[in-house]
Amino acid sequence: MKQYANVITAYIIMIFLIIMVGIFQSWAIALAILNFCLISAVMTMGANIQWGYAGLINFGIMGYTALGGLAAVLISVPPVREAWQVGGLSMLLCLVIIVLIVFSVRYVLKNFQKSKRKNIYIASIIIAGLIILRIVSGPAIHSIEAIEPAKTGFLGGLGLPIIFSWIAGAFFAGGLAYIIGKIALGLRADYLAIATLLISEIVISVIKHEDWLARGVKNVIGLKRPVPYEVNLQSEQWFIDLVAKWNSGKLNLISGAEEKQAALSQFVIEGSSVFVKLCYSGLFIIVVAILLIVTQKALYSPWGRMMRAIRDNEEAANAMGKNVVKQHLLIFILGSAIVGIAGAMMVTHDGLFTPGSYRPMRYTFLIWVMVIIGGSGNNFGAVLGGFAVWFLWIEAAPIALFLINLFTSGLADTNAFKLHLIESVPYFRFLMMGIGLLLIMRYRPKGILPEKINIK
Amino acid sequence: MDFVNAIILLLNYIFVPALAYGSQLALGAIFVTLIYGILRFANFATGDMMSFGTMVAILFTWYFQSLGINLGVLPTALLAIPFAILFMIFYMLTIDKFVFSYYRMKKSPPVMLAMVSIGVMFVTQAVVRIIIGPFDRRFFDGERFILKANEFKEMTGLNEGLTIKSTQVLTIIITIIVVSILFWFLNQTKTGKSMRAYSDNEDLALLSGIDPKRVVMITWMIAGILATIGGVLYGLDKSFKPFTYFNNMLPIFAAAIVGGIGNPFGAFLGGYVIAFSEIFLTYAYKKFFMYILPESMEPDSLIQLLSTDYKFAVSFSILVIVLLFRPSGIFKGKVL
Repeated sequence: MKQYANVITAYIIMIFLIIMVGIFQSWAIALAILNFCLISAVMTMGANIQWGYAGLINFGIMGYTALGGLAAVLISVPPVREAWQVGGLSMLLCLVIIVLIVFSVRYVLKNFQKSKRKNIYIASIIIAGLIILRIVSGPAIHSIEAIEPAKTGFLGGLGLPIIFSWIAGAFFAGGLAYIIGKIALGLRADYLAIATLLISEIVISVIKHEDWLARGVKNVIGLKRPVPYEVNLQSEQWFIDLVAKWNSGKLNLISGAEEKQAALSQFVIEGSSVFVKLCYSGLFIIVVAILLIVTQKALYSPWGRMMRAIRDNEEAANAMGKNVVKQHLLIFILGSAIVGIAGAMMVTHDGLFTPGSYRPMRYTFLIWVMVIIGGSGNNFGAVLGGFAVWFLWIEAAPIALFLINLFTSGLADTNAFKLHLIESVPYFRFLMMGIGLLLIMRYRPKGILPEKINIK
Repeated sequence: MDFVNAIILLLNYIFVPALAYGSQLALGAIFVTLIYGILRFANFATGDMMSFGTMVAILFTWYFQSLGINLGVLPTALLAIPFAILFMIFYMLTIDKFVFSYYRMKKSPPVMLAMVSIGVMFVTQAVVRIIIGPFDRRFFDGERFILKANEFKEMTGLNEGLTIKSTQVLTIIITIIVVSILFWFLNQTKTGKSMRAYSDNEDLALLSGIDPKRVVMITWMIAGILATIGGVLYGLDKSFKPFTYFNNMLPIFAAAIVGGIGNPFGAFLGGYVIAFSEIFLTYAYKKFFMYILPESMEPDSLIQLLSTDYKFAVSFSILVIVLLFRPSGIFKGKVL
């Protein structure tokens, strides 16, 4: 128990901070922060598996997050029948062509000697394939995007409950990670970082500009929810009773029946949004708990020990007969799949998919700050990093405002310098993140909760 | 005549813009490559350091404009560049002293330094946004065009016009000057040679009495010069926006790696490779073919290999291909 003392203290402080937000700002804000903390925690766990267990740098987190979000759209949106009629067949044909290209390239790779001619074959297969793809898909894409462009203009999805997309998102991201891993995992650490960063940008630009897939920058809104809607809740009798019971103390203070009714309906409106957020929190906590248990088990299993051996000394592990390349690929896929889950969770929570909002600052570098600050190699540390950094990211603006007012209290309210500072409050979050990262890396390079290895 | 028209068309829409954009990338790529070759880490703060330098130059420009100083047909920003460079060198050396030097002394792995540079990136970005705001800023003044499309048409009697912006010419001239001085410095002077020796083999360089502190300091100074000039030229040609500068980091990295990271000449050419391929692959060739083909064979579609949306994706794909087939870059890397 004693060895977990600092873990428990850290988490209690974190929960206390969120409760403080609930008391001083509002419970809706506190729960929104909590939900995003949980999503961030899932992302950091994914990044932590790759970096902490295996020492792989993946700066492509943004790409996997977006793929998870794409999965949420493709699973939950009902199919657009007209679009399928006009262009579905061609798009399926394109899929077949892509598979053919891949297999013929593989065939050439396996059956030809290494020579210039082999490269020419591969290049010509790919170029010919791309030209055929353009010819087949061009008119189909045009007609798909022409169908009610303001509302649909894409193929739609499967119309299944959105919760399935959490699994599908993992598969999407894992699939992409398989391809990237095959290409890039042989690279040196910093090359891998740059390559993954750039590949994730390619993924985003494809999602942004292929409108037939998920409407691109026109966004998909109004995704189905796994939890009840606020409007429906507000008319449910059991919910109104619940709210009345919860707030009975406050309601009893109000004397008039009409005023009581008005106060109650106000409480019901507030309560419904809190209730919906609580439902999400419940779902997310389940995911985080499952992942924590699984990753923690994996860390202390023989497999986890092997991963650490590979991380700490690749050559030695290789000499002991461990297949380093295969294990690196495996862990790269696993970590990315977890990030994919987080991406799907995030889109589920927001109820909309906005490819334009995926920026490397927010979805790649911030997650890395979380991993480093929390403690790489330690799952509890990674989760804590997700919580703490996201909390700071949201609360940075109020904190900065408070500090600015404190330090410039001597200046008049119309002072140009003070006004300029107050105007630029939103950017102080970057400053805090940067300084936090630099301080942690300097004085506590293993993070708030460092990796612990007990040999049993 | 049609043939000449076609050539002018390509010159106007591909060659001139790509040459200017390539020069801007090349300066950034040399910056990345120098840091990588001598300090041995991938500097993720590149884009933001450039935007910091540009911001300082803009502030000086505004100051000069308020004093009524200008350079006539040339942009006032040129006058601000030397002051911005001085400020930037101070900034770079400060960052090195308080952040990077600690990890260098400890001989941390390059990955650690790359992470630290992310911290620097966050801080620099915040400082830029707090001081000048996240908005688009245009700070160009002076004569905008050297050659206008209409004038060119009147002059030559061709259908196609050729526009040459003064910023494009300035960019190319300044890049050539800066890069020539840099290569002269690296290849001919004693200090430059000691830098190359340090990059090639650190231990051997130390044994032969090269002072590492001096090498590192000069590297940061050159980096400050390159970052400021590259950033200001980009901002003059297009506009200054912190977010765009951050994004420019990606093609700059691509250029540095394609040219062989650690090799300044490779980085210089890499910038042009990236710029030309981005513009070549996303240009719609319809009009070009209308000029050179007989009327009966005129194309219906735009004849565009890739839509302009994929401009960035092109450079990254080139990078991936290069990494796969020649991980050391087109020109062998790691020999400064």
